[in-house]
Amino acid sequence: MDNNILILSEGLHTSIQDLGRKGYRSYGVPISGAMDKYSAILANKLLNNDEKLPVMEMTLMGPKILFEDHSLIVITGADMSPELNGEPMKMNFVYEVKTSDVLSFGTLKTGARSYLGVKGGFQTENKLKSFSYYDGITSKEKVQKGDRLRIASFDADLQVSSSKIKVKSAHFNEKELEVTKGPEFNRLTKKHRELLFSKEFKIDPHHNRMGYQLKNKFPPIKNDGIITSTTIPGTVQLTPSGKLIIMMRDCPTTGGYPRILQLTDIAINQLAQKKENDVLKFDLESSFDFLGRLVSRFKD
Amino acid sequence: MGEYVLETVPAYNSLTVFFDTGKIKYSSVVTDLKEIYATKDQKLLTANRIWKIPVCYDKEFGLDLGNLAKIKKLTREKIISLHTGPLYDMYFIGFLPGFLYLGGLPKVLEQPRKDKPRLKINKGDVAIAGNQTGIYPRTSPGGWNIIGNSPLSFFNVDEFPPCFAVSGDKVKFIQVDKIKHEEIKKQVEAGDYQIESEIHG
Repeated sequence: MDNNILILSEGLHTSIQDLGRKGYRSYGVPISGAMDKYSAILANKLLNNDEKLPVMEMTLMGPKILFEDHSLIVITGADMSPELNGEPMKMNFVYEVKTSDVLSFGTLKTGARSYLGVKGGFQTENKLKSFSYYDGITSKEKVQKGDRLRIASFDADLQVSSSKIKVKSAHFNEKELEVTKGPEFNRLTKKHRELLFSKEFKIDPHHNRMGYQLKNKFPPIKNDGIITSTTIPGTVQLTPSGKLIIMMRDCPTTGGYPRILQLTDIAINQLAQKKENDVLKFDLESSFDFLGRLVSRFKD
Repeated sequence: MGEYVLETVPAYNSLTVFFDTGKIKYSSVVTDLKEIYATKDQKLLTANRIWKIPVCYDKEFGLDLGNLAKIKKLTREKIISLHTGPLYDMYFIGFLPGFLYLGGLPKVLEQPRKDKPRLKINKGDVAIAGNQTGIYPRTSPGGWNIIGNSPLSFFNVDEFPPCFAVSGDKVKFIQVDKIKHEEIKKQVEAGDYQIESEIHG
């Protein structure tokens, strides 16, 4: 028999994500996958799931979910004041849910993205070897009210683990994002570099699974077009109008703006927990360039 | 290299190689790549097809064709014959699933992106931006100048490979009228349209 959950309200942007769709970039298919992989993996580990199993990603405002069967669940990532049948829930803690239980969310306390893991994972459609929602690849782009999603069947013998993990607060409030030099870093002048590593940048309202735009104006660079080339999650592009855009998990496979910096995977996870008006700095110190070579800050 | 390469992304003048950092170190990959590059005179030709892409340049689809003709001081017919003339090079697929980057647009047809991008460009719309021409594989916002529409599907998630063309193939646009466009569209939707192609030398 199928085990299901019913979406009573959908939240701001809710989707099913795993660790991404690999091997199809040469067809223009983005990697996708959980924005904050650390929290997605944590949800699966707490449930003793394979870390690659799909989880539900919830953004800024959570959905309301009715469980139509038994399961074990856990919430990781952003604290959006989760409640089970109106009772406050602990983060990073495994709960047993029964038929007719309702999971809901309230005020956002930390971060931007929360993850719901279920025992055995979500069993939604698998397209090109991934469960990650992406418009045009999966039939749905986001979870909507009225959707009935299949989850793995529940084994009554499963023990609820009582371990509670404390996630370091730096995961949510680290201002300094670790970066390496991008392929077009050397097009930046000394002045650019000083600005880039001394300034604090503010996140623009335009931020989503595809990318984060930064509010501050940055001086554009001369001959700023590049011949279209690969972009990957974490690539920082500088547009001709002087905007910095940080590519995220759903970013196009190629782009035509200079790629000046590259966020490390940890930094991508940290950025995924930031929202409009949050502040960040780029930290290149004692770092590696995009090819893994050790570099110092102002040296080419 | 097969044991550590995860995937590769070709573009116009670059090839990005993603490798398993748990299996090999960066410097060894570079050595391997240099070795391959040294044998570059050994041509390995895997792509050799010319794909014939039907396009309807009717007013209903070619929203910017009239304006383009005005700017270029050419008739619509002349623009169409210029656009259907070349054998375009298929460099790579990027930007969106199934978006073919084509090279070889006649210089006279070059036209910058529109100042104000459209919120909706339809699936199959054939467009021009700068010295590039391309086909939108699905509905999306965009700033390219739309001159026609192709009834074909350029990305099929349930097929492998999901795109029919590969880097190195060539593309030829074939003008069709509205009736033929509609007919092909129905065949494509029913899954019984065979895209015409031939081998090139």
